[in-house]
Amino acid sequence: MNGYGGKILRVNLSTGTLTKESTPADLARDFIGGRGFGIYFLLKEVPKGADPLGPENKLFISSGPISGMLIPGGGKCDWTTKAPLTGGYASASMGGHFTAEMKYAGLDSIILEGISPKPVYLFIDNDKVELRDASDLWGKNTFAVEKQFKQKLGEEYQIAVIGPGGENLVSYACINHDYGRQAGRGGVGAVMGSKKVKAIVIHGTKSVPVADVETYRKAGQALYKACKEAEAWKQWTSYGTTQVVSWCDEVGALPTRNFSAGTFEGAKTLSGPYMREHIVITDKGCFACPSPCGKYSRMKKYNSNVEGPEYETIGLCGSNLGIADIESVAQANLLCDDLGIDTISAGNAIGWAMECYQKGIFTKKDTDGLDLKFGNVDAVFTLIKKIARREGLGALLSEGVKRASKKVGKGSEKFAIHVKGMEQSGYATHNATAMLLAYMTCDVGAHHNRAWAITYDIQVGRELVTPEKVKRVIWLQNFRPMFDVIGGCRLQWVELDIDRDLYVPAMEAITGIHRTWEDLEKVGERIWNLTRLYWARENEDFGRTWDLPAPRFYEDPPKTGATKGQITSLETVNKLLDIYYEQRGWSLDGLPTAATIESLGLKAVVA
Amino acid sequence: MRLYVDSTKCSGCNACRVACSLNLFSENNPKKSALVIEPHFPSPGVYTVKVCTQCGDCAAVCPTEAIKQDEQGAYYVDFAECNLCEACVPECPEGVMFVRAELANTAWKCDLCGDCVTVCGTSALWIAEKEPVAV
Repeated sequence: MNGYGGKILRVNLSTGTLTKESTPADLARDFIGGRGFGIYFLLKEVPKGADPLGPENKLFISSGPISGMLIPGGGKCDWTTKAPLTGGYASASMGGHFTAEMKYAGLDSIILEGISPKPVYLFIDNDKVELRDASDLWGKNTFAVEKQFKQKLGEEYQIAVIGPGGENLVSYACINHDYGRQAGRGGVGAVMGSKKVKAIVIHGTKSVPVADVETYRKAGQALYKACKEAEAWKQWTSYGTTQVVSWCDEVGALPTRNFSAGTFEGAKTLSGPYMREHIVITDKGCFACPSPCGKYSRMKKYNSNVEGPEYETIGLCGSNLGIADIESVAQANLLCDDLGIDTISAGNAIGWAMECYQKGIFTKKDTDGLDLKFGNVDAVFTLIKKIARREGLGALLSEGVKRASKKVGKGSEKFAIHVKGMEQSGYATHNATAMLLAYMTCDVGAHHNRAWAITYDIQVGRELVTPEKVKRVIWLQNFRPMFDVIGGCRLQWVELDIDRDLYVPAMEAITGIHRTWEDLEKVGERIWNLTRLYWARENEDFGRTWDLPAPRFYEDPPKTGATKGQITSLETVNKLLDIYYEQRGWSLDGLPTAATIESLGLKAVVA
Repeated sequence: MRLYVDSTKCSGCNACRVACSLNLFSENNPKKSALVIEPHFPSPGVYTVKVCTQCGDCAAVCPTEAIKQDEQGAYYVDFAECNLCEACVPECPEGVMFVRAELANTAWKCDLCGDCVTVCGTSALWIAEKEPVAV
């Protein structure tokens, strides 16, 4: 099948059985790849009510038709599962080189199912597939394991590995790859850990079949030329995502001290230019990326290196914890990566704990003696390690802020900053209604990448609540995640503003199938509705209340900064949902109606 | 003319290697490219890129004279005349002369097509006269 590896590898860890199936042509036609495959498999293969960390849950790892190809950023890998963090849908997108290698090994998806009786790693070299003993790797940090494999097998091998966080089933454990790329959110690393899979090691030397090589070669090159000639290339590639730190600070979107404000007095030393000047040593790109956002940094103070920090980590492990020292943020980043926990959820959870301490809800008795003041770098480092090991306060925080605040009570739920149990990522949304709605309705919880609408808020008016604004959020939610379906990166379109229609002839030459972006957005809408139906299937009380943001954003205006005194009232929050549900064709409680399911042709999928 | 590289500008993306395989073999397969990218992570955190300097040492030892020179001075492998003897491989000072019988029925090397330069986002690669003027 042109543009595809052609096979799906099924790994039954309980029995040790390894089987390959041909990738069904109708699956490729209807769901294309990546997270499209993921949600289809999740609905069809994981039974209702499955324990996310039990044998019935599965981990679906999928590439897409542009993965491994000469398309800018064609290196995105989707990891779909039932989320230990939220009990709903998880789809984590990982950059790097892993998904390209899957294609070269002839694989579109890898399905991990069951639970291994002992630690193993999955070894794939083209058609040779084996489960191998990983007893000697269990307990080791991610970088050491990756280095060990690379030294033994060579740099052509690509490695995805969990750390102690995943082994210890931290609810937001991540999966690490290429010394700094992660499948970060929702606890995909805990699912891999629950299955006792320490790593996946993959190497492939096969050529990916394409429909029309010469047209593809030219169309691919045209995309690279457009990226290189883009006006924004220099700025973007110099700083990557960190370019927005200063802007977010100016508009009051930089998460500060557990999202109590959106402006941070130390933002200058966290900014992209400051970081570039002081710690960045190399640009580190994902597969086939002409505009690498990855910044590889050297922390002299700690005698260490890390890929990053990127914007989200700066927000959550920097300003959100009251830390202005970029080297310390980078070191927190390194600790999280090496131990295998998500920097966003970890920073958010530690911020919540710091506020508990500030408010007297926690004393030193609750913090294992740590002086958990905002800005205490050493306490943050200690707590990251405790979370990964699930020790003391770390055990509580490893459950995520929704569960932790429910356990602690005393009003701490009010400043637990999450939606659906997923810690909010790096945008304070006290008064940014499109971004707030994007977080409220995001299909994995409070994550930004489905609809990065914060710039749109500033452009059209942050308080504005109109059908047009909601329509923009929905369009972004249908369109942007399609990059996670086709197996590539959205940032060339987002940041370099290249003409998205340049992808169309390239994808057609690769797959032999003509699809416009309007066609792809329709697939995006179908997937969005399926993820919603999945949440409802797994949670009996699922509905409107699940879409509410953290009370902080409608009750607790910042006392300082650009958004001082500003909130979005609960009435406005509900109005946003009313308009959103109507435009989506969902009920007043936020569930796709029978007519919507019918019109999107989804009846058979959810039957 | 020859290909030059500034490894400090390389971000390890491998677009050059995919473009190379597409031109050399009309296949999407970076394992069949004529450039080598060596990542050195997590420390010191740099990439080293190896490219053909068109020195001709490979051609000098080829017993079947399968490595020929084109009008721009680039040495290329005439696939039909290569017998996979591998004599060329150890002669290459840069390690960019390839024989991998499991992948291709011929040796291969850079033929200076320039597609890698076209797709390199960070301008780490360029083509210039063999003896560059000092800059």
